[in-house]
Amino acid sequence: MKNCLLCGVGGQGTVLASRIIAAAAMKKGLFARTAETIGMAQRGGSVVSHVRIGETVTSPMIPQGKADVLIGFEPGEAAANLEYLKQDGIVIVCRSEVTPVTASLGQSGYNGAACVDYLRKQAARCYLIDADEICSACGSSKVLNVALVGALAASGAMDLNIDDIEAVLKERLKPQLVEMNRKALSMGAACVQEK
Amino acid sequence: MKELLMGNEAIAVGAIAAGVQVVSGYPGTPSTEVLETIAKRNPGNVHVEWSVNEKAGAEVAAGAAYAGARSLVTMKQMGLNVASDPVMCVNYIGVKGGMVIYVADDPGPISSQTEQDTRTFGAYAKIPVFDCDAPEQAFQAVQDAFACSEEYETPVILRATTRVCHGCAVVDVPELNAPKAADGFVKDSKWVIFPRLSYQNKQKLMAREQNLSELFSAYQGNTIEGSGKIGIVCGGISHAYVMDAIEGHEAAFQVLKIATPYPFPDKLAEKFLKTVEQVLVFEELDPYLEDRMIYHMGRNGSDPLRIKGKRTGTVPAAGELSAVTVAEIIERETGVATSIPQNTTAEKPDMPVRPPVLCAGCPHRGAFYAVKQAAKGRKAVYHGDIGCYTLGNAAPLNMVDTCLCMGAGITMAQGLSYAEPDTLNFAFVGDSTFFASGITGTVNAVYNQADMILVVLDNSTTAMTGHQPHPGMGITMMGKRTEPVDIAKVLEGIGVKSIRIADPLDYQASVNAVKAAIAENGVRALIFKSPCIAITKPKGQVTVDAAACIGCMYCINQLGCPAIITRDGRAFIDASLCTGCGLCTQICPKQCMKAEEV
Repeated sequence: MKNCLLCGVGGQGTVLASRIIAAAAMKKGLFARTAETIGMAQRGGSVVSHVRIGETVTSPMIPQGKADVLIGFEPGEAAANLEYLKQDGIVIVCRSEVTPVTASLGQSGYNGAACVDYLRKQAARCYLIDADEICSACGSSKVLNVALVGALAASGAMDLNIDDIEAVLKERLKPQLVEMNRKALSMGAACVQEK
Repeated sequence: MKELLMGNEAIAVGAIAAGVQVVSGYPGTPSTEVLETIAKRNPGNVHVEWSVNEKAGAEVAAGAAYAGARSLVTMKQMGLNVASDPVMCVNYIGVKGGMVIYVADDPGPISSQTEQDTRTFGAYAKIPVFDCDAPEQAFQAVQDAFACSEEYETPVILRATTRVCHGCAVVDVPELNAPKAADGFVKDSKWVIFPRLSYQNKQKLMAREQNLSELFSAYQGNTIEGSGKIGIVCGGISHAYVMDAIEGHEAAFQVLKIATPYPFPDKLAEKFLKTVEQVLVFEELDPYLEDRMIYHMGRNGSDPLRIKGKRTGTVPAAGELSAVTVAEIIERETGVATSIPQNTTAEKPDMPVRPPVLCAGCPHRGAFYAVKQAAKGRKAVYHGDIGCYTLGNAAPLNMVDTCLCMGAGITMAQGLSYAEPDTLNFAFVGDSTFFASGITGTVNAVYNQADMILVVLDNSTTAMTGHQPHPGMGITMMGKRTEPVDIAKVLEGIGVKSIRIADPLDYQASVNAVKAAIAENGVRALIFKSPCIAITKPKGQVTVDAAACIGCMYCINQLGCPAIITRDGRAFIDASLCTGCGLCTQICPKQCMKAEEV
């Protein structure tokens, strides 16, 4: 059984990312379950997606301490969900923070860099993804999710490789978007391979 | 073919496989995707409609079932309250074609007003209930529900909860064919509800309860797993949490899973109770299964105190369960170790706090802000309603003082004004909510000569649940063009004398419209018309002249727009969020913000 938790802010594309991972597993003949945040909480709120792969999975939700990988679309959200990661689990986190309205209004304090430091200290392996760089190189802020999935594939933690993911993207995306997403996928993967 | 399907999609596909012919419903999280998926995968001649509300939807489904068609009506648990008038009655009359009432419950609650339990409602209404615990099981359950409905000539409730509705699993989907035509309605006095008929049919309902209970004890969905001495009773998603918690330690346990909460499979429960030494009940929402188990033990003269669950304070009374919660309770109550590790995370830095907020560029922000500014200095109460605009409650707008249920703001405004005549009462209602249940309240206001200002926030869609069409939009769920129902004309027809229409993103015009309405008496209506940003292309982008910005943060402190953040002590626009609505440019004291069209 392999578990991957994705977390971020509503609108960042976590739902699509978890569906891509699950669909890639299904294509390989594996059983998969996912659970996503849908509805009111999506409006700028914190969102979490669970992906579980394997024949013995009964629950769509990963129990705390059981995730093989934690993918943070945002450093604060990754830190908030660290309980889900197992002892020797992997963190893949995007560096750029999303400032909540509560922080702009001075109602809450939040520092993304402090959360990145915390994650690096706590996790056995922590890969940082430079989202701004990847998105501007690919020409769209919407490829962040695919870049993170690329990093996941390169890590090998879910037994899925880049080809498995690419096969799903080709099926799901409009032909004119495939090249851009392929680039995001490989740039995301490079962030893990460099280490 | 194998597909990754959401629970709601699996139910939709199962309903089509069962030959459903008429599908109605009203959007509501977490139920919405069932009807949408049937519309998307329509095999040809299935009638699919978003009804004006759940009561209308249930009646449409009942009519179709009277004619022998298989019908499905979909709603969330709050919608069942709206539909309860026809639902409570149709059970006494019965159906000819299978009629399934799909209700999605929302433990937590995550996006609902209440934590009500449709299993309890089913038992109260005496309508059989099938529960869903996973997408692949829900695919089968909906087909079993149709078969049961037709065989026993009763409506059947299919119930799921958020994590099942919105969880995905790999499901084997068969080829889907168009349903066969219904045999048609046959005139008979049995279709006309009268007290005498209801008396006779009540006796049949009670007898049926016994029959179905026996039958359900052998139903393949109700299962006993394992043969340990520690008994666990569960149903729905709690089964998944239990299996996760006891993974690797299964030998100590015996798990009874209930897929038909009403009528309860008594014989199966009795068999289970004879072989276990203690019983823990894990379920979300009501202690429904727990009460059934206690009832059994009481009736058999055995000791009901062996049953532990919500009633004994063993399981939390409210909120969702999780594998961790279940594991902790099992370890505490039985001493048997579970597979869930203890939480050992170190202390964390400041975490971001992200309550849901109105989107950047949302026209509701302009409407709320204009009313707030125009009513400044007046003693006013702002009644909210159900939709995205409930989020107008958040700081810095603080424009929702009350919120109860669909359409309630309009009528509550009236009641409050009778009790406290010197208050100015505003009732905010969205366009879809207005059609669903705002019209009756408006008629009530006109008839009873209320003093209030109705504010319709018309964003040309049902936004919160994911942009479903409604009567004001000129399109049906079958994709056909239709004459839009005009909200201003409806109000005019009801007899509202003062009606103003304004663009909420035009700040000064909106303030003027509100001020003019405040100056009048009686029932006044303001219609703020501007489409939801999620269904339109961004107008452009706002830029800040950093040299001119003095960092007063008036824009953020007044509007709370998520696209405006601070950088180096100045206002800064997050280009990925800004839609160029230009509201901030109209209130900036230094006029240093500019909206540029793209």
